[in-house]
Amino acid sequence: MTSADELRELARRCRVHIVNMVHRAQAGHPGGSLSEIDLLVALYKTTLRVRPDEPKWDDRDRFVLSKGHASPGMYAILAEMGFISVEDLSSYRVLGGVCQGHVDMKWCPGVDFSAGSLGMGLSFGMGSAIAGRLEGSERQIYVMLGDGEIQEGSVWEAAMAAAHHELGNLNVILDRNRIQNDDFCEAQMRMFDIPAKWRAFGWNVKEIDGHNMEEIIEGMQFLTSTNDGPSILIANTVKGHGVSFMADNPAFHGAAPNDEQYALAMKELGEVGA
Amino acid sequence: MTKTAATRDGYGEALLELASNPKVVVLEADLGKSTKSLHFRKAHPERTVSCGIGEQNMLLVGAGLAASGYIPFASTFAIFTERAFEQMRNGVARPNLAVHVCGSHGGTHTGTDGSSAQSIEDLAIYRTLPNVIVMHPSDVVSTKELTLQLANSGSPSYMRTARNKTPVLYEGREDDIKIGKGIVLKEGHDVAIVACGVMVSEALKASEALATEGIQASVVDMHTLKPLDGGLLDQLVASCGAIVTAEDHSVIGGLGGAVAEHLTANIFAPLERVGVQDRFGESGQSDEMLEVMQISAPYIAEAAKRAIARKEK
Repeated sequence: MTSADELRELARRCRVHIVNMVHRAQAGHPGGSLSEIDLLVALYKTTLRVRPDEPKWDDRDRFVLSKGHASPGMYAILAEMGFISVEDLSSYRVLGGVCQGHVDMKWCPGVDFSAGSLGMGLSFGMGSAIAGRLEGSERQIYVMLGDGEIQEGSVWEAAMAAAHHELGNLNVILDRNRIQNDDFCEAQMRMFDIPAKWRAFGWNVKEIDGHNMEEIIEGMQFLTSTNDGPSILIANTVKGHGVSFMADNPAFHGAAPNDEQYALAMKELGEVGA
Repeated sequence: MTKTAATRDGYGEALLELASNPKVVVLEADLGKSTKSLHFRKAHPERTVSCGIGEQNMLLVGAGLAASGYIPFASTFAIFTERAFEQMRNGVARPNLAVHVCGSHGGTHTGTDGSSAQSIEDLAIYRTLPNVIVMHPSDVVSTKELTLQLANSGSPSYMRTARNKTPVLYEGREDDIKIGKGIVLKEGHDVAIVACGVMVSEALKASEALATEGIQASVVDMHTLKPLDGGLLDQLVASCGAIVTAEDHSVIGGLGGAVAEHLTANIFAPLERVGVQDRFGESGQSDEMLEVMQISAPYIAEAAKRAIARKEK
Protein backbone atom coordinates (compact mmCIF):
# COMPACT_ATOMS: atom_id res chain seq x y z
CA MET A 1 0.00 0.00 0.00
CA THR A 2 1.35 3.34 -1.04
CA SER A 3 1.11 6.12 1.56
CA ALA A 4 -0.84 9.30 0.97
CA ASP A 5 2.41 11.26 0.97
CA GLU A 6 3.87 9.03 -1.71
CA LEU A 7 0.71 9.44 -3.76
CA ARG A 8 0.91 13.22 -3.43
CA GLU A 9 4.50 13.21 -4.66
CA LEU A 10 3.55 10.94 -7.58
CA ALA A 11 0.66 13.26 -8.45
CA ARG A 12 3.08 16.20 -8.43
CA ARG A 13 5.35 14.41 -10.91
CA CYS A 14 2.34 13.61 -13.08
CA ARG A 15 1.34 17.28 -13.05
CA VAL A 16 4.81 18.13 -14.33
CA HIS A 17 4.35 15.57 -17.14
CA ILE A 18 0.95 17.05 -18.00
CA VAL A 19 2.20 20.60 -18.30
CA ASN A 20 5.25 19.41 -20.22
CA MET A 21 3.11 17.51 -22.73
CA VAL A 22 0.70 20.33 -23.37
CA HIS A 23 3.46 22.94 -23.56
CA ARG A 24 5.50 20.81 -25.97
CA ALA A 25 2.49 20.14 -28.20
CA GLN A 26 1.19 23.70 -27.83
CA ALA A 27 -2.24 22.09 -27.76
CA GLY A 28 -4.30 19.80 -25.58
CA HIS A 29 -6.30 19.82 -22.40
CA PRO A 30 -4.39 20.71 -19.23
CA GLY A 31 -7.33 21.81 -17.05
CA GLY A 32 -9.19 18.49 -16.88
CA SER A 33 -5.94 16.55 -16.69
CA LEU A 34 -4.87 18.51 -13.62
CA SER A 35 -8.28 18.11 -11.96
CA GLU A 36 -8.38 14.33 -12.46
CA ILE A 37 -4.79 13.42 -11.72
CA ASP A 38 -5.01 12.94 -7.93
CA LEU A 39 -7.87 10.52 -8.55
CA LEU A 40 -6.01 8.63 -11.28
CA VAL A 41 -2.86 8.31 -9.17
CA ALA A 42 -4.81 6.86 -6.26
CA LEU A 43 -6.83 4.56 -8.50
CA TYR A 44 -3.79 3.10 -10.24
CA LYS A 45 -1.60 2.82 -7.14
CA THR A 46 -4.10 1.59 -4.55
CA THR A 47 -6.92 -0.14 -6.38
CA LEU A 48 -6.60 -1.07 -10.05
CA ARG A 49 -5.46 -4.66 -10.69
CA VAL A 50 -3.35 -4.30 -13.82
CA ARG A 51 -0.02 -5.58 -15.14
CA PRO A 52 2.09 -2.97 -16.92
CA ASP A 53 4.20 -5.73 -18.50
CA GLU A 54 1.06 -7.55 -19.70
CA PRO A 55 -1.37 -4.75 -20.61
CA LYS A 56 -3.85 -7.12 -22.31
CA TRP A 57 -4.02 -9.52 -19.33
CA ASP A 58 -7.55 -10.93 -19.68
CA ASP A 59 -8.58 -10.66 -16.07
CA ARG A 60 -7.28 -7.15 -15.43
CA ASP A 61 -9.53 -4.49 -14.00
CA ARG A 62 -10.63 -2.08 -16.72
CA PHE A 63 -10.20 1.67 -16.62
CA VAL A 64 -12.08 3.77 -19.13
CA LEU A 65 -11.22 7.45 -19.39
CA SER A 66 -14.52 8.54 -20.89
CA LYS A 67 -13.43 12.17 -20.87
CA GLY A 68 -10.80 11.05 -23.36
CA HIS A 69 -9.52 14.53 -24.16
CA ALA A 70 -8.02 14.68 -20.66
CA SER A 71 -5.44 12.26 -22.00
CA PRO A 72 -2.28 13.95 -20.66
CA GLY A 73 -3.37 12.93 -17.16
CA MET A 74 -3.80 9.32 -18.21
CA TYR A 75 -0.57 9.20 -20.20
CA ALA A 76 1.27 10.61 -17.19
CA ILE A 77 0.12 7.84 -14.85
CA LEU A 78 0.61 5.18 -17.55
CA ALA A 79 4.22 6.34 -17.87
CA GLU A 80 4.75 6.34 -14.10
CA MET A 81 3.23 2.82 -13.93
CA GLY A 82 5.49 1.57 -16.72
CA PHE A 83 2.89 0.89 -19.43
CA ILE A 84 4.72 3.39 -21.60
CA SER A 85 8.00 5.21 -21.08
CA VAL A 86 8.43 8.79 -19.94
CA GLU A 87 10.04 9.39 -23.36
CA ASP A 88 6.78 8.28 -24.99
CA LEU A 89 5.08 11.29 -23.44
CA SER A 90 6.83 13.52 -25.96
CA SER A 91 4.82 11.77 -28.68
CA TYR A 92 1.64 13.46 -27.43
CA ARG A 93 -0.23 14.80 -30.48
CA VAL A 94 2.73 13.98 -32.73
CA LEU A 95 2.24 12.03 -35.97
CA GLY A 96 2.69 8.33 -35.29
CA GLY A 97 2.89 8.82 -31.52
CA VAL A 98 1.48 6.34 -29.01
CA CYS A 99 0.05 9.34 -27.15
CA GLN A 100 -2.72 10.29 -29.59
CA GLY A 101 -4.65 13.48 -28.91
CA HIS A 102 -7.42 11.50 -27.24
CA VAL A 103 -6.75 8.16 -25.53
CA ASP A 104 -6.85 5.31 -28.06
CA MET A 105 -6.77 1.57 -27.35
CA LYS A 106 -5.26 0.91 -30.78
CA TRP A 107 -2.28 3.13 -30.11
CA CYS A 108 -1.39 3.11 -26.43
CA PRO A 109 -0.74 0.14 -24.12
CA GLY A 110 -2.92 0.31 -21.01
CA VAL A 111 -5.77 2.14 -22.71
CA ASP A 112 -8.93 0.00 -22.60
CA PHE A 113 -11.21 2.15 -24.73
CA SER A 114 -10.77 4.64 -27.55
CA ALA A 115 -12.53 7.69 -26.18
CA GLY A 116 -12.60 11.32 -27.22
CA SER A 117 -16.26 11.66 -28.08
CA LEU A 118 -18.08 12.41 -24.85
CA GLY A 119 -20.77 10.21 -23.35
CA MET A 120 -19.51 6.85 -24.58
CA GLY A 121 -17.32 5.42 -21.84
CA LEU A 122 -20.01 4.43 -19.36
CA SER A 123 -21.81 2.31 -21.96
CA PHE A 124 -18.54 0.61 -22.90
CA GLY A 125 -17.84 0.07 -19.22
CA MET A 126 -21.26 -1.48 -18.80
CA GLY A 127 -20.51 -3.99 -21.58
CA SER A 128 -17.17 -4.76 -19.93
CA ALA A 129 -18.95 -5.28 -16.60
CA ILE A 130 -21.47 -7.68 -18.14
CA ALA A 131 -18.59 -9.60 -19.73
CA GLY A 132 -16.89 -9.88 -16.33
CA ARG A 133 -20.07 -11.14 -14.75
CA LEU A 134 -20.69 -13.70 -17.52
CA GLU A 135 -17.19 -15.05 -16.96
CA GLY A 136 -17.64 -15.21 -13.21
CA SER A 137 -14.66 -12.90 -12.82
CA GLU A 138 -14.08 -10.67 -9.81
CA ARG A 139 -12.62 -7.94 -11.98
CA GLN A 140 -13.87 -4.40 -11.52
CA ILE A 141 -14.60 -1.78 -14.15
CA TYR A 142 -13.81 1.89 -13.46
CA VAL A 143 -15.05 4.70 -15.68
CA MET A 144 -14.07 8.33 -15.28
CA LEU A 145 -16.65 10.85 -16.43
CA GLY A 146 -16.42 14.61 -16.57
CA ASP A 147 -19.18 16.77 -15.15
CA GLY A 148 -19.72 18.58 -18.43
CA GLU A 149 -19.83 15.18 -20.09
CA ILE A 150 -22.91 14.08 -18.18
CA GLN A 151 -24.90 16.58 -20.20
CA GLU A 152 -24.78 13.94 -22.94
CA GLY A 153 -28.09 12.05 -22.87
CA SER A 154 -26.49 8.69 -23.62
CA VAL A 155 -24.77 8.80 -20.20
CA TRP A 156 -28.21 8.49 -18.63
CA GLU A 157 -29.21 5.63 -20.90
CA ALA A 158 -26.19 3.82 -19.52
CA ALA A 159 -26.82 4.93 -15.93
CA MET A 160 -30.36 3.55 -16.07
CA ALA A 161 -29.31 0.30 -17.72
CA ALA A 162 -26.38 -0.36 -15.35
CA ALA A 163 -28.65 -0.02 -12.31
CA HIS A 164 -31.32 -2.19 -13.95
CA HIS A 165 -28.74 -4.93 -14.40
CA GLU A 166 -27.39 -4.42 -10.85
CA LEU A 167 -23.79 -4.19 -12.04
CA GLY A 168 -21.93 -4.08 -8.76
CA ASN A 169 -18.64 -4.42 -10.61
CA LEU A 170 -19.20 -1.11 -12.42
CA ASN A 171 -17.77 2.02 -10.78
CA VAL A 172 -17.75 5.63 -11.89
CA ILE A 173 -15.48 8.41 -10.75
CA LEU A 174 -16.95 11.79 -11.63
CA ASP A 175 -14.43 14.59 -12.00
CA ARG A 176 -16.65 17.44 -10.82
CA ASN A 177 -14.39 20.32 -11.85
CA ARG A 178 -17.26 22.69 -12.72
CA ILE A 179 -15.80 23.91 -16.01
CA GLN A 180 -16.43 22.77 -19.57
CA ASN A 181 -15.17 23.92 -22.95
CA ASP A 182 -16.86 27.27 -23.33
CA ASP A 183 -17.43 28.33 -19.74
CA PHE A 184 -18.39 27.24 -16.23
CA CYS A 185 -20.87 24.33 -16.29
CA GLU A 186 -23.33 26.39 -14.34
CA ALA A 187 -23.45 28.89 -17.21
CA GLN A 188 -23.65 26.30 -19.97
CA MET A 189 -26.15 23.89 -18.46
CA ARG A 190 -27.22 23.98 -14.85
CA MET A 191 -26.79 20.59 -13.21
CA PHE A 192 -28.85 20.99 -10.06
CA ASP A 193 -28.32 18.16 -7.54
CA ILE A 194 -25.91 15.73 -9.19
CA PRO A 195 -25.70 13.22 -6.29
CA ALA A 196 -29.51 13.15 -6.12
CA LYS A 197 -29.73 12.43 -9.84
CA TRP A 198 -27.46 9.39 -9.55
CA ARG A 199 -29.26 8.17 -6.43
CA ALA A 200 -32.55 8.49 -8.27
CA PHE A 201 -31.09 6.34 -11.07
CA GLY A 202 -30.37 3.61 -8.51
CA TRP A 203 -26.65 4.14 -7.88
CA ASN A 204 -24.60 4.06 -4.69
CA VAL A 205 -23.21 7.57 -4.25
CA LYS A 206 -20.35 9.08 -2.26
CA GLU A 207 -18.98 12.61 -2.45
CA ILE A 208 -15.39 13.56 -1.67
CA ASP A 209 -12.83 16.32 -2.05
CA GLY A 210 -11.01 15.13 -5.16
CA HIS A 211 -7.72 16.73 -4.12
CA ASN A 212 -7.61 15.37 -0.56
CA MET A 213 -5.62 12.15 -0.86
CA GLU A 214 -6.95 10.65 2.38
CA GLU A 215 -10.53 11.22 1.21
CA ILE A 216 -9.69 9.82 -2.23
CA ILE A 217 -8.30 6.62 -0.70
CA GLU A 218 -11.50 6.26 1.33
CA GLY A 219 -13.45 6.87 -1.86
CA MET A 220 -11.66 4.04 -3.65
CA GLN A 221 -12.51 1.74 -0.74
CA PHE A 222 -16.13 2.81 -1.09
CA LEU A 223 -16.11 1.80 -4.76
CA THR A 224 -14.52 -1.60 -4.15
CA SER A 225 -16.75 -2.42 -1.16
CA THR A 226 -20.14 -1.57 -2.72
CA ASN A 227 -21.12 -4.51 -4.87
CA ASP A 228 -24.91 -4.56 -4.68
CA GLY A 229 -25.16 -2.28 -7.71
CA PRO A 230 -23.18 0.34 -9.60
CA SER A 231 -21.41 3.01 -7.57
CA ILE A 232 -20.29 6.53 -8.25
CA LEU A 233 -17.64 8.56 -6.48
CA ILE A 234 -18.36 12.23 -7.04
CA ALA A 235 -15.05 14.00 -6.63
CA ASN A 236 -15.24 17.76 -6.17
CA THR A 237 -12.16 19.08 -7.91
CA VAL A 238 -10.70 22.29 -9.25
CA LYS A 239 -9.98 22.48 -12.94
CA GLY A 240 -6.30 23.22 -13.46
CA HIS A 241 -5.49 22.36 -9.83
CA GLY A 242 -1.81 22.78 -8.97
CA VAL A 243 -1.01 25.62 -11.36
CA SER A 244 -2.22 28.96 -10.05
CA PHE A 245 -3.16 30.65 -13.30
CA MET A 246 -4.89 27.55 -14.68
CA ALA A 247 -6.91 26.83 -11.54
CA ASP A 248 -10.63 27.41 -11.92
CA ASN A 249 -9.95 29.18 -15.21
CA PRO A 250 -12.11 28.17 -18.22
CA ALA A 251 -9.39 29.51 -20.55
CA PHE A 252 -7.22 26.48 -19.71
CA HIS A 253 -9.76 23.80 -20.54
CA GLY A 254 -8.11 23.36 -23.90
CA ALA A 255 -5.19 25.73 -24.21
CA ALA A 256 -1.44 25.41 -23.80
CA PRO A 257 0.73 27.68 -21.67
CA ASN A 258 3.21 29.97 -23.40
CA ASP A 259 6.90 29.82 -22.44
CA GLU A 260 6.57 32.35 -19.65
CA GLN A 261 3.52 30.62 -18.20
CA TYR A 262 5.29 27.30 -18.56
CA ALA A 263 8.24 28.50 -16.48
CA LEU A 264 5.90 29.74 -13.79
CA ALA A 265 4.00 26.45 -13.77
CA MET A 266 7.21 24.46 -13.39
CA LYS A 267 8.25 26.64 -10.49
CA GLU A 268 4.90 26.18 -8.78
CA LEU A 269 5.12 22.43 -9.29
CA GLY A 270 8.47 22.33 -7.56
CA GLU A 271 10.60 21.84 -10.66
CA VAL A 272 12.88 24.81 -9.94
CA GLY A 273 15.71 25.02 -12.38
CA ALA A 274 13.98 22.63 -14.77
CA MET B 1 -47.07 -20.97 -55.21
CA THR B 2 -43.68 -19.58 -54.32
CA LYS B 3 -42.63 -20.20 -50.75
CA THR B 4 -42.11 -16.95 -48.83
CA ALA B 5 -40.60 -15.94 -45.49
CA ALA B 6 -39.28 -12.81 -43.80
CA THR B 7 -35.52 -12.33 -43.65
CA ARG B 8 -35.79 -11.26 -40.01
CA ASP B 9 -36.85 -14.83 -39.21
CA GLY B 10 -33.57 -16.05 -40.70
CA TYR B 11 -31.75 -13.77 -38.29
CA GLY B 12 -33.69 -15.16 -35.33
CA GLU B 13 -33.01 -18.75 -36.38
CA ALA B 14 -29.31 -18.05 -36.79
CA LEU B 15 -29.00 -16.53 -33.32
CA LEU B 16 -30.58 -19.60 -31.81
CA GLU B 17 -28.14 -21.83 -33.67
CA LEU B 18 -25.20 -19.63 -32.63
CA ALA B 19 -26.18 -20.01 -28.99
CA SER B 20 -24.07 -23.17 -28.79
CA ASN B 21 -21.09 -20.77 -28.75
CA PRO B 22 -21.00 -19.51 -25.14
CA LYS B 23 -19.37 -16.26 -26.28
CA VAL B 24 -22.41 -15.19 -28.30
CA VAL B 25 -24.48 -12.54 -26.52
CA VAL B 26 -27.67 -10.86 -27.70
CA LEU B 27 -28.52 -7.21 -27.05
CA GLU B 28 -32.03 -5.85 -27.37
CA ALA B 29 -33.62 -2.41 -27.35
CA ASP B 30 -37.25 -3.33 -26.70
CA LEU B 31 -37.80 -4.72 -30.20
CA GLY B 32 -36.76 -8.35 -29.78
CA LYS B 33 -40.22 -9.54 -30.78
CA SER B 34 -39.87 -7.64 -34.04
CA THR B 35 -36.23 -8.28 -34.91
CA LYS B 36 -36.66 -11.95 -33.85
CA SER B 37 -33.94 -12.03 -31.24
CA LEU B 38 -36.71 -13.10 -28.84
CA HIS B 39 -36.10 -16.79 -29.58
CA PHE B 40 -32.55 -16.47 -28.26
CA ARG B 41 -33.78 -14.49 -25.26
CA LYS B 42 -36.31 -17.18 -24.34
CA ALA B 43 -33.72 -19.94 -24.57
CA HIS B 44 -30.80 -17.99 -23.06
CA PRO B 45 -32.00 -15.12 -20.87
CA GLU B 46 -28.64 -15.09 -19.04
CA ARG B 47 -26.88 -14.10 -22.27
CA THR B 48 -29.48 -11.58 -23.39
CA VAL B 49 -29.08 -7.97 -22.31
CA SER B 50 -32.08 -5.67 -22.34
CA CYS B 51 -30.89 -2.15 -23.04
CA GLY B 52 -34.36 -0.67 -22.87
CA ILE B 53 -35.21 1.88 -25.50
CA GLY B 54 -31.63 3.10 -25.66
CA GLU B 55 -29.80 2.38 -28.89
CA GLN B 56 -26.75 4.55 -28.24
CA ASN B 57 -26.04 2.69 -25.03
CA MET B 58 -26.72 -0.67 -26.68
CA LEU B 59 -24.07 -0.31 -29.36
CA LEU B 60 -21.37 0.57 -26.84
CA VAL B 61 -22.40 -2.15 -24.40
CA GLY B 62 -21.70 -4.32 -27.42
CA ALA B 63 -18.30 -2.68 -27.83
CA GLY B 64 -17.44 -3.41 -24.19
CA LEU B 65 -18.47 -7.03 -24.60
CA ALA B 66 -16.53 -7.42 -27.85
CA ALA B 67 -13.41 -5.93 -26.25
CA SER B 68 -13.74 -8.58 -23.54
CA GLY B 69 -13.88 -11.49 -25.97
CA TYR B 70 -17.63 -11.84 -26.50
CA ILE B 71 -19.54 -11.84 -29.79
CA PRO B 72 -22.45 -9.43 -29.40
CA PHE B 73 -25.42 -9.32 -31.77
CA ALA B 74 -27.46 -6.14 -31.29
CA SER B 75 -30.69 -5.53 -33.11
CA THR B 76 -33.40 -2.92 -33.44
CA PHE B 77 -35.21 -1.31 -36.35
CA ALA B 78 -32.85 -0.13 -39.09
CA ILE B 79 -34.02 3.43 -38.60
CA PHE B 80 -33.19 3.42 -34.88
CA THR B 81 -29.68 2.12 -35.39
CA GLU B 82 -29.07 5.40 -37.18
CA ARG B 83 -29.45 7.50 -34.02
CA ALA B 84 -26.42 5.63 -32.70
CA PHE B 85 -24.35 6.27 -35.83
CA GLU B 86 -21.64 8.15 -34.01
CA GLN B 87 -21.41 5.38 -31.40
CA MET B 88 -21.00 2.97 -34.32
CA ARG B 89 -18.37 5.22 -35.85
CA ASN B 90 -16.30 6.15 -32.83
CA GLY B 91 -16.93 3.31 -30.40
CA VAL B 92 -17.27 0.28 -32.69
CA ALA B 93 -15.75 0.83 -36.16
CA ARG B 94 -12.78 2.97 -35.10
CA PRO B 95 -11.44 0.49 -32.52
CA ASN B 96 -12.57 -2.33 -34.89
CA LEU B 97 -14.64 -4.16 -32.28
CA ALA B 98 -16.75 -6.97 -33.74
CA VAL B 99 -20.21 -5.81 -32.75
CA HIS B 100 -22.87 -7.14 -35.11
CA VAL B 101 -25.74 -4.73 -35.65
CA CYS B 102 -28.91 -5.92 -37.30
CA GLY B 103 -31.39 -3.31 -38.50
CA SER B 104 -34.73 -4.92 -39.22
CA HIS B 105 -37.74 -3.33 -40.92
CA GLY B 106 -35.47 -1.55 -43.39
CA GLY B 107 -36.60 0.26 -46.52
CA THR B 108 -39.98 1.46 -47.75
CA HIS B 109 -41.01 -2.22 -47.94
CA THR B 110 -41.59 -2.03 -44.17
CA GLY B 111 -44.88 -0.44 -45.12
CA THR B 112 -47.69 1.15 -43.23
CA ASP B 113 -45.75 2.64 -40.30
CA GLY B 114 -44.81 5.24 -42.88
CA SER B 115 -41.81 7.42 -43.53
CA SER B 116 -40.55 7.72 -39.94
CA ALA B 117 -39.89 3.97 -39.87
CA GLN B 118 -38.67 3.49 -43.44
CA SER B 119 -34.89 3.62 -43.35
CA ILE B 120 -33.66 4.44 -46.84
CA GLU B 121 -30.15 5.63 -45.94
CA ASP B 122 -28.81 3.00 -43.53
CA LEU B 123 -26.73 1.12 -46.08
CA ALA B 124 -25.18 4.35 -47.30
CA ILE B 125 -24.09 5.65 -43.91
CA TYR B 126 -22.63 2.39 -42.63
CA ARG B 127 -20.79 1.86 -45.91
CA THR B 128 -18.73 4.98 -45.16
CA LEU B 129 -17.22 3.41 -42.02
CA PRO B 130 -13.84 1.66 -42.26
CA ASN B 131 -13.75 -1.96 -41.00
CA VAL B 132 -17.54 -2.46 -41.19
CA ILE B 133 -19.17 -5.25 -43.21
CA VAL B 134 -22.49 -4.05 -44.73
CA MET B 135 -25.09 -6.54 -45.93
CA HIS B 136 -28.70 -6.71 -47.05
CA PRO B 137 -29.68 -10.33 -47.74
CA SER B 138 -32.59 -11.22 -49.99
CA ASP B 139 -34.17 -14.26 -48.41
CA VAL B 140 -34.54 -16.13 -45.16
CA VAL B 141 -31.96 -18.80 -46.01
CA SER B 142 -29.18 -16.39 -46.96
CA THR B 143 -29.93 -14.19 -43.96
CA LYS B 144 -29.48 -17.15 -41.66
CA GLU B 145 -26.31 -18.32 -43.40
CA LEU B 146 -24.73 -14.85 -43.47
CA THR B 147 -25.58 -14.26 -39.80
CA LEU B 148 -23.86 -17.54 -38.91
CA GLN B 149 -20.78 -16.45 -40.85
CA LEU B 150 -20.69 -13.05 -39.12
CA ALA B 151 -20.02 -14.73 -35.79
CA ASN B 152 -16.61 -15.83 -37.11
CA SER B 153 -15.85 -12.73 -39.17
CA GLY B 154 -13.98 -10.81 -36.48
CA SER B 155 -15.23 -7.54 -37.98
CA PRO B 156 -18.01 -5.19 -36.95
CA SER B 157 -21.04 -5.40 -39.19
CA TYR B 158 -24.34 -3.89 -40.13
CA MET B 159 -27.00 -6.10 -41.69
CA ARG B 160 -30.42 -4.94 -42.82
CA THR B 161 -33.34 -7.35 -42.68
CA ALA B 162 -36.91 -6.83 -43.83
CA ARG B 163 -40.16 -6.97 -41.93
CA ASN B 164 -42.31 -8.54 -44.65
CA LYS B 165 -42.12 -11.84 -46.47
CA THR B 166 -40.19 -12.31 -49.68
CA PRO B 167 -39.68 -15.40 -51.88
CA VAL B 168 -37.31 -18.07 -50.55
CA LEU B 169 -34.46 -18.35 -53.06
CA TYR B 170 -31.73 -20.47 -51.54
CA GLU B 171 -33.26 -23.52 -49.92
CA GLY B 172 -30.58 -26.24 -50.04
CA ARG B 173 -28.06 -23.79 -51.54
CA GLU B 174 -26.41 -22.65 -48.31
CA ASP B 175 -22.95 -23.45 -49.68
CA ASP B 176 -23.34 -20.74 -52.37
CA ILE B 177 -23.63 -18.01 -49.77
CA LYS B 178 -20.46 -16.25 -48.63
CA ILE B 179 -19.92 -12.82 -47.11
CA GLY B 180 -18.49 -10.56 -49.80
CA LYS B 181 -19.43 -12.79 -52.75
CA GLY B 182 -22.31 -11.85 -55.06
CA ILE B 183 -24.50 -14.71 -56.31
CA VAL B 184 -25.33 -15.04 -59.99
CA LEU B 185 -28.95 -16.19 -60.07
CA LYS B 186 -29.42 -15.94 -63.81
CA GLU B 187 -27.01 -15.51 -66.70
CA GLY B 188 -27.68 -13.32 -69.72
CA HIS B 189 -25.50 -11.20 -71.97
CA ASP B 190 -27.49 -8.05 -72.70
CA VAL B 191 -27.56 -6.39 -69.30
CA ALA B 192 -26.77 -7.27 -65.68
CA ILE B 193 -29.22 -6.46 -62.90
CA VAL B 194 -27.42 -6.20 -59.58
CA ALA B 195 -29.85 -6.15 -56.67
CA CYS B 196 -29.94 -6.54 -52.92
CA GLY B 197 -32.54 -7.43 -50.31
CA VAL B 198 -36.20 -7.38 -51.20
CA MET B 199 -35.34 -6.17 -54.71
CA VAL B 200 -33.65 -9.42 -55.76
CA SER B 201 -36.94 -11.17 -56.42
CA GLU B 202 -38.18 -8.06 -58.25
CA ALA B 203 -35.06 -8.24 -60.40
CA LEU B 204 -35.82 -11.87 -61.24
CA LYS B 205 -39.34 -10.89 -62.26
CA ALA B 206 -37.93 -8.10 -64.41
CA SER B 207 -35.57 -10.54 -66.14
CA GLU B 208 -38.51 -12.79 -67.01
CA ALA B 209 -40.39 -9.85 -68.54
CA LEU B 210 -37.29 -8.80 -70.46
CA ALA B 211 -36.86 -12.35 -71.78
CA THR B 212 -40.29 -12.17 -73.41
CA GLU B 213 -38.93 -9.23 -75.39
CA GLY B 214 -35.79 -11.10 -76.35
CA ILE B 215 -33.54 -9.39 -73.83
CA GLN B 216 -31.35 -11.72 -71.78
CA ALA B 217 -30.42 -10.28 -68.40
CA SER B 218 -28.02 -11.54 -65.77
CA VAL B 219 -29.38 -11.23 -62.25
CA VAL B 220 -27.02 -10.95 -59.29
CA ASP B 221 -27.82 -10.97 -55.59
CA MET B 222 -25.26 -8.53 -54.20
CA HIS B 223 -26.13 -9.20 -50.57
CA THR B 224 -22.81 -7.72 -49.39
CA LEU B 225 -22.35 -4.03 -50.19
CA LYS B 226 -19.07 -3.88 -48.35
CA PRO B 227 -16.67 -5.40 -49.09
CA LEU B 228 -18.11 -5.15 -52.60
CA ASP B 229 -17.53 -8.05 -54.99
CA GLY B 230 -15.62 -5.96 -57.54
CA GLY B 231 -14.31 -8.99 -59.41
CA LEU B 232 -17.84 -10.11 -60.18
CA LEU B 233 -18.79 -6.60 -61.31
CA ASP B 234 -15.84 -6.54 -63.70
CA GLN B 235 -17.01 -9.87 -65.17
CA LEU B 236 -20.53 -8.52 -65.59
CA VAL B 237 -19.26 -5.44 -67.37
CA ALA B 238 -17.26 -7.67 -69.71
CA SER B 239 -20.11 -10.07 -70.44
CA CYS B 240 -23.09 -7.67 -70.44
CA GLY B 241 -21.71 -4.16 -71.04
CA ALA B 242 -24.46 -2.45 -69.06
CA ILE B 243 -25.53 -2.55 -65.42
CA VAL B 244 -28.72 -1.83 -63.51
CA THR B 245 -28.75 -1.65 -59.72
CA ALA B 246 -31.95 -2.25 -57.76
CA GLU B 247 -32.45 -1.49 -54.08
CA ASP B 248 -35.14 -0.42 -51.65
CA HIS B 249 -32.88 2.41 -50.50
CA SER B 250 -31.87 5.84 -51.65
CA VAL B 251 -30.05 5.90 -54.98
CA ILE B 252 -27.48 7.99 -53.14
CA GLY B 253 -24.73 6.01 -51.46
CA GLY B 254 -26.23 2.53 -51.27
CA LEU B 255 -25.81 -0.33 -53.75
CA GLY B 256 -26.17 2.04 -56.71
CA GLY B 257 -23.60 4.36 -55.20
CA ALA B 258 -21.20 1.51 -54.45
CA VAL B 259 -21.45 0.10 -57.97
CA ALA B 260 -21.04 3.56 -59.50
CA GLU B 261 -17.89 4.11 -57.47
CA HIS B 262 -16.52 0.78 -58.64
CA LEU B 263 -17.33 1.34 -62.31
CA THR B 264 -15.84 4.81 -62.46
CA ALA B 265 -12.63 3.58 -60.87
CA ASN B 266 -12.34 0.43 -62.99
CA ILE B 267 -13.93 -0.72 -66.27
CA PHE B 268 -16.71 1.70 -67.12
CA ALA B 269 -20.16 0.67 -68.34
CA PRO B 270 -23.54 2.46 -68.54
CA LEU B 271 -25.29 2.27 -65.16
CA GLU B 272 -28.94 2.85 -64.30
CA ARG B 273 -29.81 3.03 -60.61
CA VAL B 274 -33.26 1.89 -59.51
CA GLY B 275 -33.97 3.00 -55.97
CA VAL B 276 -35.62 5.67 -53.88
CA GLN B 277 -35.14 8.97 -55.71
CA ASP B 278 -33.97 11.31 -52.94
CA ARG B 279 -37.34 11.50 -51.21
CA PHE B 280 -39.11 10.13 -48.13
CA GLY B 281 -41.78 7.45 -48.13
CA GLU B 282 -45.33 7.33 -46.76
CA SER B 283 -47.77 4.79 -45.33
CA GLY B 284 -48.67 1.99 -47.69
CA GLN B 285 -48.53 -1.77 -48.17
CA SER B 286 -45.18 -3.22 -49.24
CA ASP B 287 -46.25 -3.83 -52.83
CA GLU B 288 -47.82 -0.38 -53.00
CA MET B 289 -44.63 1.21 -51.75
CA LEU B 290 -42.54 -0.46 -54.44
CA GLU B 291 -44.91 1.10 -57.00
CA VAL B 292 -44.99 4.54 -55.37
CA MET B 293 -41.21 4.56 -55.21
CA GLN B 294 -41.02 3.26 -58.79
CA ILE B 295 -38.72 0.40 -57.91
CA SER B 296 -40.85 -2.67 -58.72
CA ALA B 297 -40.05 -5.15 -61.52
CA PRO B 298 -41.49 -3.09 -64.43
CA TYR B 299 -39.31 -0.13 -63.45
CA ILE B 300 -36.26 -2.37 -63.31
CA ALA B 301 -37.07 -3.69 -66.79
CA GLU B 302 -37.40 -0.14 -68.12
CA ALA B 303 -34.09 0.79 -66.54
CA ALA B 304 -32.50 -2.25 -68.19
CA LYS B 305 -33.62 -1.04 -71.60
CA ARG B 306 -32.26 2.44 -70.91
CA ALA B 307 -28.93 0.96 -69.92
CA ILE B 308 -28.80 -1.18 -73.06
CA ALA B 309 -29.67 1.86 -75.22
CA ARG B 310 -26.81 3.79 -73.70
CA LYS B 311 -24.26 1.14 -74.63
CA GLU B 312 -25.54 0.91 -78.21
CA LYS B 313 -24.38 4.25 -79.44
